[in-house]
Amino acid sequence: MELFIQQTVNAISLGGVYAMLALGLAIVFSIVRLINFAHGEIMTFGAYGIFLALAFGLPPAAALLFGLAAAVVMALAMERTAFRAMRGADVVSLLITSFAVSEILKVLFQNGISPRPVPITFPPAWSGAYEVGGITIGVVPTVSIMVTFTALMGLSFILRRTVAGMAMRAAAEDIEMLRLLGIRANRVVAVSFALSGLLAGIAAVIWTAQRGSVDPLMGFFPVLKAFIATVLGGLGSLGGAVLGGFVVGMLEVLAQAFLPDSLAPYRDAIVLAAVIAALLMRPDGLLPAASAHRS
Amino acid sequence: MSGNALEVRQLEVRYGPVRAAIKIDLDVAPGSVTTLLGANGAGKTSTVMAVAGARRIAGGSVSIFGKDMTGASAEDIVRAGVAIAPEGRRIFGSLSVEENLRLAGSVLEDAQLAGEKSAAMMQRFPVLGERRRQLAGLLSGGEQQMLAVARALMSQPRLLLMDEPSLGLAPQMVDQIFAIIEELRQEGISILLVEQNAALALDVADHAVVLANGEVAAAGAPADLKNDSLLHAAYLAA
Ligand SMILES: Nc1ncnc2c1ncn2[C@@H]1O[C@H](COP(=O)(O)OP(=O)(O)O)[C@@H](O)[C@H]1O
Ligand SMILES: [Mg+2]
Repeated sequence: MELFIQQTVNAISLGGVYAMLALGLAIVFSIVRLINFAHGEIMTFGAYGIFLALAFGLPPAAALLFGLAAAVVMALAMERTAFRAMRGADVVSLLITSFAVSEILKVLFQNGISPRPVPITFPPAWSGAYEVGGITIGVVPTVSIMVTFTALMGLSFILRRTVAGMAMRAAAEDIEMLRLLGIRANRVVAVSFALSGLLAGIAAVIWTAQRGSVDPLMGFFPVLKAFIATVLGGLGSLGGAVLGGFVVGMLEVLAQAFLPDSLAPYRDAIVLAAVIAALLMRPDGLLPAASAHRS
Repeated sequence: MSGNALEVRQLEVRYGPVRAAIKIDLDVAPGSVTTLLGANGAGKTSTVMAVAGARRIAGGSVSIFGKDMTGASAEDIVRAGVAIAPEGRRIFGSLSVEENLRLAGSVLEDAQLAGEKSAAMMQRFPVLGERRRQLAGLLSGGEQQMLAVARALMSQPRLLLMDEPSLGLAPQMVDQIFAIIEELRQEGISILLVEQNAALALDVADHAVVLANGEVAAAGAPADLKNDSLLHAAYLAA
């Protein structure tokens, strides 16, 4: 029972990270049709932001905020320098551009900071555990879950209730029409990148709090899982991305916890097989993006 | 200041080798309705979208209320007082009726004014008021057209571009749309009305321009064009 509850907490916490990354990918994809392979580097950059802030002696809480800001700035910089010029290009050109951005950033991280992991040490009090009904649960995964749900609810509020959110949903349907209404498309796209960067920054905070280090390739695997999550959920569907993130995270933790050791090397293969099986049954994903109602 | 709401001179629009609009001259006098007629593929939408800033202008000029807006962005053209109810309506189907209006009102940069405008629209178009919380994609074609017009009016335009607002609508709805056009003109809004329904458009218009194969084939008073049976047979038999 204890193992089950602990693993459930881990699964929700990991799934939440994938969900936030997947949501960031989906927001940008829904508006500019860009599958941003450099999303992982936004997350990595956020983690380096935390590392550098701590190295310069900022208190831990301020360092986390600095990391978030770094991720947002990186996302905006990418949009402005690489992707804006490519607006309206086909999906493949955009994809290749994002590959290039990703590679450039990885090289910069390797040469500018270090090719090896650098430690990020938070106060020991942050990494304790607590007991509920005789079951020990870690503080970090618990806080991660709370932060994740707060972030997802905040984002949902922005998308549903604010004019900026309406503009992003409308842009996903028909960005030219948005411009014909006088709404600055560049601004809407920038806001979508900033939000996706913020979510990647939060993911970076949770990731580094759990692992205690950052390296140039840190963002690669979580964002790879997030891609799988967006496809599983339905490419371009925001709700689907979140759902897909949690499903992938749970499958991964379940596979890790309950598969016999002899199958351990095939863990990712088994998770992917489950995803493929789901897609065979629902080719458009679990929650497909609503098609634009145009007549 | 020149007196016209819209002055298009020698306008050219191209899609690669296709010349969709060729040396088009077109005026909308203040407070009047100019109708732009022509068969399918004549270049009407290309012309209107170029005026709205959504097609690259390959030649010629567009001036709006005396200000040269050639090559300006769609966003800036809205700020010059222009709004469009585009071909195919293009309402945001995944947003509610009210959200469509609220979003369009956001360019006023005055939340209170936008709220008042939106309430006024829902009074003016009661169907929209009744369905304010419904997804716009679930409205009927006629209701979507009402929403497209209401949405265009949210930015308080002085020049309204309408691209085939009656297309695909039931006759009753068509009448309603033309009644609205008449009302808007009474309110002093200048209108460029693209139509394939030449008979109705010529009834409401003060001035008419006929396009054929991207060029102006005829222009003049609606009454004259209506009685020109040759022209009718050639270009307006839609
Ligand atoms: N996006 C486009 N790409 C290529 N050709 C186009 C495009 N839009 C319109 N055309 C062509 O331009 C010509 C004029 O089209 P359009 O302006 O839509 O005419 P209308 O509105 O009078 O039906 C047609 O030959 C059409 O095929
Ligand atoms: Mg047309």
